[in-house]
Amino acid sequence: MDEISSLIGGFKVALSFYNLALMLVGILLGVIIGVLPGLGGANGVAILLPLTFGMPPTSAIIMLSCIYWGALFGGAITSILFNIPGEPWSVATTFDGHPMAQRGRADEALTAAFTSSFVGALVAVIVITFLAPLIARFALQFGPAEFFSVFFLTFASFVGMGRGSPFKVLASMCLGFALGAVGMDKMTGILRMTFDHAELLAGFDFLIAVIGLFGIGEILSSMESGLKFQGSHAVIRLNAVLQTWKQLFRYWATSIRSCIIGCWMGITPGGATPASFMSYGLAKRFSKRGNNFGKGEIEGVVAPETAAHAAGTSALLPMLTLGIPGSPTAAVLLGGLLIWGLQPGPMLFVEQKEFVWGLIASMYLGNIVGLIVVLTCVPLFAAILRVPFSIIAPVILVICAVGAYTVHNSMFDVWMMLVFGVVGYTFNKLGYPLPPLVLAIVLGDKAEESFRQAMLSSQGALTIFWSNWLVGSIMTLGMILLFWPAVTWLLDKVRRTSSQPVPAPAGAAVVDRER
Amino acid sequence: MVPRIRSRLAGIGATALGLGAMVAPLLMQSSPAAAQAWEPTRPIQFIIPAGTGGGADQMARFIQGVVAKNNLAKQPIVTLNKGGGAGAEGFLEVKKTAGDPHNIIITLSNLFTTPLATGVPFSWKDLTPVAMLALDQFVLWVPADAPYKTAKEYIEAVKAGDDKSFKMGGTGSKQEDQIITVALEKLTAPKKFTYIPYAGGGAVAVQLVGKHVNSTVNNPIEAVSQWKAGALRPLCIFDAKRSVYKDKVTETMAWSDIPTCMESGVNTEYQMLRGIFMSPGVKSEHVAYYVDLFKKVMATDDWKRFMQDGAYNQTFMTGDQFKTWVAANDARHHDLMKEAGFLAPGK
Repeated sequence: MDEISSLIGGFKVALSFYNLALMLVGILLGVIIGVLPGLGGANGVAILLPLTFGMPPTSAIIMLSCIYWGALFGGAITSILFNIPGEPWSVATTFDGHPMAQRGRADEALTAAFTSSFVGALVAVIVITFLAPLIARFALQFGPAEFFSVFFLTFASFVGMGRGSPFKVLASMCLGFALGAVGMDKMTGILRMTFDHAELLAGFDFLIAVIGLFGIGEILSSMESGLKFQGSHAVIRLNAVLQTWKQLFRYWATSIRSCIIGCWMGITPGGATPASFMSYGLAKRFSKRGNNFGKGEIEGVVAPETAAHAAGTSALLPMLTLGIPGSPTAAVLLGGLLIWGLQPGPMLFVEQKEFVWGLIASMYLGNIVGLIVVLTCVPLFAAILRVPFSIIAPVILVICAVGAYTVHNSMFDVWMMLVFGVVGYTFNKLGYPLPPLVLAIVLGDKAEESFRQAMLSSQGALTIFWSNWLVGSIMTLGMILLFWPAVTWLLDKVRRTSSQPVPAPAGAAVVDRER
Repeated sequence: MVPRIRSRLAGIGATALGLGAMVAPLLMQSSPAAAQAWEPTRPIQFIIPAGTGGGADQMARFIQGVVAKNNLAKQPIVTLNKGGGAGAEGFLEVKKTAGDPHNIIITLSNLFTTPLATGVPFSWKDLTPVAMLALDQFVLWVPADAPYKTAKEYIEAVKAGDDKSFKMGGTGSKQEDQIITVALEKLTAPKKFTYIPYAGGGAVAVQLVGKHVNSTVNNPIEAVSQWKAGALRPLCIFDAKRSVYKDKVTETMAWSDIPTCMESGVNTEYQMLRGIFMSPGVKSEHVAYYVDLFKKVMATDDWKRFMQDGAYNQTFMTGDQFKTWVAANDARHHDLMKEAGFLAPGK
């Protein structure tokens, strides 16, 4: 097959000592960047991009994509240990990863996260290797209606999330939509709810909200419960890695489903963050232990991490083949490509074979190297939890503040982070779920934009959402998922009432009379 | 007691020494050395009033790369995206840092359109003009298998079709793409386009390839890779003269082979400023440094290749000539937006 010979050629390029050394450096830098909340992969790549100008383009992109990789792995570390998502796509990992850490199972959680990430990324790279041109054509089919249907599906798959009152879920989600609406409306150019504050022109950045709600909120809650951090009782088991791997084989179905979700969301491009949420929501719905999710189920770590990494990796494909960056990091990489004299687009695969296949080969290698690096450090990371909370909390606060500042170089964001922290704490006390809020902030804006673009295209006709097989099938799937809880509740009710003797329904009586 | 006082005095002395060591260089720097030209003493902040991936972002990051690669400046350039509020975030940021010569900003048309459309308290006069680097062109694109071979045919088709049945994709709303669309609607009257705003030029080009819109007015660099791949067809270029680049981009066509819209009977012309501005309240020597830096950038081969890839109209203007051009362009935008009904109340 043509692809395999090109891939082998790519490996020859990637396997030089120089490139391997760059891979290692890239991964280490990436993990550090991923761990620091707020300092996202995009910033990290942007800061380090000028370093690569002296290198040949293939080596440069290998190092930069390994930084991207490392950041994908690193985001899970603080999510699990401190409930602070290091990256937006690690938010869903906090739901089950942190409770596991609190119960002393941090090393299991970390191993599960890293291994799932590896699997997800590997599957995505295989997909890119063999299906690149097909996927590029598939991505072209996505217009505004199709994008909206994808977002709708994400919301629908997540709806069953909240424990407790569904109205609290709704309230949380609506607050998220309101917060997401602040800023300039792209469709009409009107400013919404900025109250003439220049700082609010861009709206609330999702990262600031997440760092505040989860990270600061968690610290406030821990402070209240008396600085007792159960993680100090974590047992460091060096053979935890092997034991966890044995457990992970049980979740092969979840893995496969999450890989599919991730690859699909990365290509479309929905992104790694919606992919992780959707995967978590569906895993909770279909798992036998769905009710335990949120209390420390290992499956709840496997699902989002696999999907997030599959999506993050496959997001590079639209960047290479169509020139549309599927994420901010991909946008920076795009800038890099231009400086090296490469024009991303359909011709890249044809004109620059060595570069593209060298990059793809390095994805395989970088993934393996990355997994080895982080797994060997799992006991070390878990040991961080043994540091007394009174020392680690201020450090976390400072790192969060620095992270929040680096997003937009603005002190205003740091204050907003603290406000969100208080909001997060309040939500926890009052029993309102945070995930719907976060999901609404992330996707609400984009979903609204797609919806209005679709409405403009169709001149207001809602039938556009069922105008072709692609968008129609996604919308139908979303509707089913959305109404599934209501349907099962109704069926339950009917079953319960029909266990008592019931007079023959009127319909049957009519039929009898007709006969 | 005495040892304690002694150690406390030692502590105070050490602190004073430390503070002095920090303050002295600052004092020395702020005394102007009239003989040597000014150079930046901190990293240069290069603000991009737009999101990542678009034309301005690409150009700014490219400039950053060229400067780093050819060692054209002793201080590094740091790019910052501040695209909130159609760029208002970035412009206001530069306006706030009056007197600081370490901030520069690259502009698009939103320098004019954003204050006019949103009423944000800012105008180009709040910034110090440095130089015009180029003028970005606009091309009318359709999918490669569309039945229209010339711009005139397309306009006729829109006139003959149902009102609002033809979709024009563009970047943002009440900005340059929509302004051009409104100008085109004067020729297709009484029929109008349905204008669909997208977040960036790259996304717009892809939507056209996917046939979710009928046409776009992308900048050359946003659509060139799709053109090369044979997915898009350029109908006309919104300039008074044809492009000067004669090298073949696709197998059969060069940029110069695209007819001007005037030639095709579509009487519309529009180009976008790609210029550099600075914070207000800076001295002429500060401006002179950057003018010199950009002259060096534009002399590199990398820049020339970038200009060719993007079919930019290479026009370099500085000083009073540039200021006059900017003022005239601002007035022109005011008129265009007033006609289109995009002005914010009170403008």
